[in-house]
Order: sequence, then C-alpha cells, then structure tokens
Amino acid sequence: MAANMFRQCPDSGLFFHKSAESLMKAHAVFGVVYLLLGGFLGLLVALTRMPSLHILNAEDFYLALSIHGTAILIFWIIFFEMAVLYFASSTLLRSRPATPGIGWVGFLLMVIGSTLVMVAFFRGNSSVMFTSYVPMPAEPIFYLGLILFAVGALIGCFIFLATLVVAKQEKTYDGSIPLVTFGALTATIIAIFTIASGAVILIPTWLWSLGFISHIDPLMYRTVWWALGHSSQQINVAAHVSIWYAIAAIIFGAKPMSEKVSRTAFLLYILFLQLASAHHILADPGVSSTWKVFNTSYAMYLAVLASMVHGLTVPGCIEVAQRKKGFNNGLFEWLKKAPWANPVFSAMFISLIIFGFIGGITGVVMGTEQINLIIHNTIFVPGHFHATVAVGTTMAFMAITYFLIPVLFRRQLIWPNACKWQPYLFGGGMLILSLFLLGAGTLGVPRRHWDINFSDAALQFQFAGTAITMMGIAGLGGFLAAMGGALFCLIAVGSLVFGKRLDPGASLFSSFGFPMAASCYNIERPGKLGLAPVEQTGDGGIQAKGTFVLALVFLAAFVVYFFINAKYLSSIWPMG
Amino acid sequence: MQRNEHQESNQEEEPVPGMQQLLDNPFMLLFLGVLFPTVFYILWGIMEIISIPAVK
Ligand code: HEM
Ligand SMILES: [Cu+2]
Repeated sequence: MAANMFRQCPDSGLFFHKSAESLMKAHAVFGVVYLLLGGFLGLLVALTRMPSLHILNAEDFYLALSIHGTAILIFWIIFFEMAVLYFASSTLLRSRPATPGIGWVGFLLMVIGSTLVMVAFFRGNSSVMFTSYVPMPAEPIFYLGLILFAVGALIGCFIFLATLVVAKQEKTYDGSIPLVTFGALTATIIAIFTIASGAVILIPTWLWSLGFISHIDPLMYRTVWWALGHSSQQINVAAHVSIWYAIAAIIFGAKPMSEKVSRTAFLLYILFLQLASAHHILADPGVSSTWKVFNTSYAMYLAVLASMVHGLTVPGCIEVAQRKKGFNNGLFEWLKKAPWANPVFSAMFISLIIFGFIGGITGVVMGTEQINLIIHNTIFVPGHFHATVAVGTTMAFMAITYFLIPVLFRRQLIWPNACKWQPYLFGGGMLILSLFLLGAGTLGVPRRHWDINFSDAALQFQFAGTAITMMGIAGLGGFLAAMGGALFCLIAVGSLVFGKRLDPGASLFSSFGFPMAASCYNIERPGKLGLAPVEQTGDGGIQAKGTFVLALVFLAAFVVYFFINAKYLSSIWPMG
Repeated sequence: MQRNEHQESNQEEEPVPGMQQLLDNPFMLLFLGVLFPTVFYILWGIMEIISIPAVK
C-alpha cells in the first residue's frame, strides 16, 4: 500500500476514501440534475391539471408526465441512492470501496441509459409514462436505456456487497455493521430483487419493440412490472429510514432505542415489503383474491409494522437524547427545542411526519382490497405517493445533502437564510399538493387525465365543483413545492460552485466528482471502528413519553380514516 | 454515528444468538429477500395467470 487514500473530515470525524468519495459526488450531482428536470416538468403537469390554467396541450401533457415520473422517480432517486450506498459502506465502515473502477462503469451505464431514455422521450414517440404498460409502444431505445440504467445500478449494488466483504476481511470494524449500513443493506437487497424483476419483464418488452417477439400479455406485464415498480419504492423507504437514523445520530448524538428491534424491523422489510407489489393489481381480473389478500394484507402488515417501529424509534431516540440534555419539561419540550432552523433536521423531521401520517395511513387504507376500489387509478394515488416519495424520500435526501455539502464536498452552504426555510417551502407545498390530490381523488378525479372538463370529448361528464376547486388548490401547492425544489437545486449547485471552500484542496472539479488535492488524503488506514457502546436497555420506552403520545395520535388518525373509508364504501354499494 | 473508539469486546466467548447470526450474514439475507417475493408474489402470481383458460 503506497499512497494514502483516506481523509478525515475535521467537522464530522468521518473518513472518506478518495475513490469512494468521487463516486458519491458524481452520483449525487447527476441525481440533482434529474431532480431539476423532473421537478420542472412536474410543475408543468401540475399547472395543466389545474382546471383554470390547463397550460399544456394533450400531447405535451403526456410527454411532460412521462418525463416527470421517470426522471424524478427513477433517475433522481436511484442516482442519489447509489451515492448513499457508497457512503454507507465505504465511509461508515471506514473501508476502501471494492473495485471502484467497475463502480465508474456502473455510473457510466446509468448516465448512458438515462440519457437514452430522455432522448426517446424528446423524440416524441415514447410518451408511455414511467410504467410503459404494453401494448402501448415506446421506441426500442427507451427500453434499452432503462435496461442499461438498471445494469449500472445493479453493479452499484454488488459493489456495496463486495465492500461489506472487504471491510469484514480487512477488519475495519468490530462487531456488527452499524445500523445505518444495515438499512442500506436492506435497500440493496430489495434493489437486487427489483432489478431482476425489471430484467425479466423489460428485456422481452425491448425485444417486442424490436419485432422479435409478437405479443406480451398485458396482465403478465403488469404483474411482473410492479415487482419492479413497487419494490423500487421500498428501496427508497429502506434508504430514507436509514437516513433518518443517520441524521438522528448526527444532530442529536441519538442512539437507536434498541438496535435489535430496529434491525428486526429492517428484516421484516427484507422479507415482506416487496410482496405488497400486489396492491397495484388489486383491481385486475385474472388473479385470485387469495393471492391479492395474502400479499397485500397478511404479508404487508408485517412490513407496515416495521415502518411503524422505525417511525416510533427515530423520534423516540431523538426524544431520549434531548431529555438527557435537559429538555425535560412536559411532553414536547424536546421537540420544541429541536434545531428547527437547521435544514438537516427540519427536512428530515418533515420527511418522517408526512411520510408516516399521510403516506403511511393512506397507503395502508388504499392497500385494502375492498377500499382500493373507491380510489383505484384516481388522483388519490399521486396524492399518496407524493407524501411518500416526494416528501418521505426526496426530503430525506435533501436533508442529508445539507449535511454532505460541507462534509463531503467541503463547501459552505450559500444563502443560509434560504437554507432555513427551503424545507418548509418544499414540504408545505407538497403537503398542500398531496392533501388536495387525495381529496379530489376521493371525489373520483382520475389520475393521468389531461382534461377533467372533457371539453373535446364526445361524452360529457361533470365533476363536483369541490373536486375542481381542489385540483386548483393542489396546483397552487404544486407551484410552491416546485419553487422549493428549484431553490434546493440552486442552493446545492450554487454551494458546490460558489460556496466558501472549507478545505484549500477543494476545487471546482472536486465538487463534481474529481478527487481533491492529493495533499488532502493523508491517512493510509483509519482507526478501527469500535463496538457500539452497550445499550441502555429498559427505560428508553418510558422516557420517550412525547413520542408515545404522538404514536397514539397516529393510531387514532389511522383508525378514524379507515372507518371513514369503509363507511364511504358502503354508501357507494348499498347493502341489503 | 460516532462510536466509541476504545471499547473492546469482553463478550468474546459467549455464543452468538441465532437471530444475530442471521442479521450479520448479508448473503443469507439477500437469499431470503429474493426468495420470499419470488415465491409468493411472482411465481404464485404467474401460475394464476397462466392457468386462466384460453378462449375457445
Ligand atoms: C416539484 C414538485 C412536484 C410537482 C408540482 C408534482 C406534481 C405532480 C402531479 C400534479 C402529478 C399527477 C399527474 C397526473 O396523474 O395527472 C404528478 C405525478 C407524479 N409525480 Fe410529481 N410532482 C412534484 C414532485 C415529484 C417528486 C419529487 C417525485 C418523486 C420523487 C414525483 C413523482 C411523481 C410520479 C412518479 C408521478 C406519476 C406519473 C405518472 O402517473 O406516470 N413528483 N406529479
Ligand atoms: Cu406500491
């Protein structure tokens, strides 16, 4: 071993390996490019769905919707997740990354693949939306691009696993891998299943688009495709829950209330979360209720249980840490005295609350086979998943970015005031968007529909005035969210270019994936990561009284919402 | 995220519980994480779809 390859961040104490940190930066920056592009088209989509504005024509609307879904849900999130995987393996385990050269091959495949998909979109003949249901055809390069992108991501997953092996062999840590790395492992495992399912269905579809296969059964496509489409969302859940734990530790020095419980909850994700893919097929004929109910109820509730465990233990461990610091008055002083002006905390906490209260509750309710029929394919569904993926995942990623810009990129954040309120702008806008899409969907407004006024349709239909109003308010929320998203991209890229250098070795190039000056890397091998301190067992649960009250509020909201929907269902189909 | 640098394990001799062995084995977890959804969701689902009788 000749060269020194590690540096230690003086602010966080974290160790970064030269090759791994370059990979993290390149993936994260590319992700933000897609967030910007996808967010801009999301704005156009939202303004078109605002009945009073209706800015795009039908063809452009479906193009914009296709790009919005694909660029933001697939490309932004998976690029960023690859950065998280390198961070959770190399940095948190203080290990060299396995085969960084191949990591760059993976990165390149993801860049080429995603570019091909974008080219296909902009040529105009592939507006099939991110689900690309057959028999609606896209150009062959669309499917090829997705396949290349997936292969690149798969390479990233295997490098993550290989880095775990390297770290173990080279004994860079004692005991078990840290909880955050364990969460990233969960994400990786789900990703491997996801990508394998994607290959099973997208390779034949690509061959079909080239004319080598004559027919692909739509139900077969939908069933296997959703093993990809749903599970990929569970990669996100595992990744953003890991980030919650990481941020609780970073900001509060909080330790998980119980490592065992949190890890077991991740295990439940590994085993059961992917089965819930069946909730996308609940309204399809051809598969039995037994299959639907087994996969979406019995199995999925175990995964939901796991989410509720994380949703309880993350604020719980923050509460315990805050109470130890003396914020002990009443039920909620610990929360009031939290650093609400620090975007690392505020973005993370908004992510947690909206993911749980809105995303979680609506998800479980609509995953019920019977209730699903009320809202299937309505705008309720985007209402739900903007709470999960646009707030839950995206805001967790924003939160960790605020942490990583100084620590990984060695740049100070620009515009400290804008940093303070960006999470509230994005989170608040998304909250409005989500809630009003949920409301309009409950009144039957369809998703992916260009014109709910049916101005050029042969058959007329009139939606309730409230539904139209709600779509208008949702558009307003979407506008605010898009401003918040744009502000985030400006802050992130602006800081990388203009932010004050915290290390003289940080250059413009090093902000975009090149290593910093060689002199920065002055450590050959970081000290071994010691064992986690022995757990304080027993009283954690009782100490976290405020969190317990929050959990009761959550359960009450859950029960009430479930029964409202059941009641509504019974009025749609009167009994007796 | 910081852990104690110095604390040494003093439980070396105790047998590792089965659950922890599972949680410490990424490849076993990978195997299970692919097996469960493949069997319950994909294979079971596909079997139901291909057993739909064709129109006569
Ligand atoms: C920047 C602010 C955003 C706005 C204004 C926005 C707005 C919208 C609207 C109104 C729809 C519904 C379209 C319809 O069904 O007719 C939609 C769909 C969608 N959005 Fe967003 N969104 C934003 C951000 C995000 C983010 C951050 C994500 C994910 C990370 C996301 C993922 C999606 C997906 C996957 C769809 C479904 C596309 C489809 O049905 O094919 N959006 N968005
Ligand atoms: Cu799903």
